[in-house]
Amino acid sequence: MAYPTAYKYTKDHEWLDVSGDRASVGITDYAQQQLGDVVYLELPHVGATLKQGQSFGTIESVKAVSELYAPVSGDVVEVNTALKDKPETVNADPHASWMIRLKMADLKEVGELLDAGQYADLVK
Amino acid sequence: MVEFSGWEMPLEYSGISDEHLAVRSRAGLFDVSHMGEIEIAGKDALAAVQRISINDAAKLQVGQAQYSALLTPDGTFVDDILVYRLAAAHFLLVVNAGNIRKDYEWISEHIAPAGDAVAVDASSRYALLALQGPAALAILQPIFGVDLSALKYYRFAHGEVAGVRATVSRTGYTGEDGFEIFVPPQSADHVWRAVLQAGHEAGVTPCGLGARDTLRLEAAMRLYGNDIDDTTTPLEADLRWIVAWQKTGFHDTVGAHALREQDAEGIRRRMVGFEVVDPGIARRAYDLYVSGAKVGTVTSGTQTPYLKKSIGLAYVGVNAASPGTELEVDIRGRRARARVVPLPFYKRPPGVRAPF
Repeated sequence: MAYPTAYKYTKDHEWLDVSGDRASVGITDYAQQQLGDVVYLELPHVGATLKQGQSFGTIESVKAVSELYAPVSGDVVEVNTALKDKPETVNADPHASWMIRLKMADLKEVGELLDAGQYADLVK
Repeated sequence: MVEFSGWEMPLEYSGISDEHLAVRSRAGLFDVSHMGEIEIAGKDALAAVQRISINDAAKLQVGQAQYSALLTPDGTFVDDILVYRLAAAHFLLVVNAGNIRKDYEWISEHIAPAGDAVAVDASSRYALLALQGPAALAILQPIFGVDLSALKYYRFAHGEVAGVRATVSRTGYTGEDGFEIFVPPQSADHVWRAVLQAGHEAGVTPCGLGARDTLRLEAAMRLYGNDIDDTTTPLEADLRWIVAWQKTGFHDTVGAHALREQDAEGIRRRMVGFEVVDPGIARRAYDLYVSGAKVGTVTSGTQTPYLKKSIGLAYVGVNAASPGTELEVDIRGRRARARVVPLPFYKRPPGVRAPF
């Protein structure tokens, strides 16, 4: 699966889709492959304030539990509660399965993230 | 690939859920060659097996197998095993990979007083494949020369699979109909490919350790090292049915005395199945509570692909062991509601046979 070139990526296998001062966050195709069948997501509440690199929830597969890390700092303005009922969507369509939307606190942080080519090299 | 008891083994091929569902609906093929094989032979082989195996090997006809356990003098598990009667005075014990050396030494020591019998670690002489699922019979029959429909559950037969000398037993670790195929290691690859080819149209799927674990847990089969070990007894593990209290020489079986004592006193904890009602998986070593008080600990837990429930096995105090008991499980600091349910979680539909 190709990594969308419009997204930014972290070494922890999250993606960030920036639009103005808002950004959607999900996990990459590589991450979902490593996890296998996702069965449960624990996500924050709207209004939570996150620092870059801070855990914002957990993702659980049959195999393992992993932390989810905020690629940038900001306030949670939206949570994809539909994923809680259909966690398998993360496996089927990881790059469209946004988990939270942030109002970013510091746009400069976006520049520290990987682009699609750099990320693809990382997981090659 | 993952390391397992010194073996490099696939955790999954096409995915745990996919493989699990293949076994429940069609068939799956597992390479379980890591399992150990210990043979006991000699004029007094039956007496030797009776000393170490808590079930009654005298009930086995030649060509029949039985689930049992090796116990310590305290009545706790050395291992859980399958006992195959190859001949009147020749038995094959299938043991867990991680316990082969321990079991072999333990068996050799404890059968000595039984008379003329020796134990041999024959693990390197056997590869073991497991073909499991409702289509297993239809897949295997065309490449095996013995009538499998006449082979009852926990019986085995010798013959050739795809031209290779093999012992085929109607056993498994999935809760599904199926067969385990013992072959010489040098031919395992050939038989693996032949079974996959024979089952291609029926949709046979290679399966790894991950699906083996979710399948056995759905069928509530205990896993040594998780659910049973040298701190737990068959009575606590709710495996009373493997204890042959009435067999000849029961009192000479290692662990029998301790079991009698424990049975007289009554057990304080018991293995139960539970379902997690709230979202999340209760994994091994998570604690269970009733009304805020700790009552037990999870030994195995998963989200099952077939039942689509979060289930697990646990030891709980006998007061919390009745089906319907409301529990709470501590999932990484969050209390999730759970409930004791009857075992097994999954039982295959009776009388369902693959079409010929």
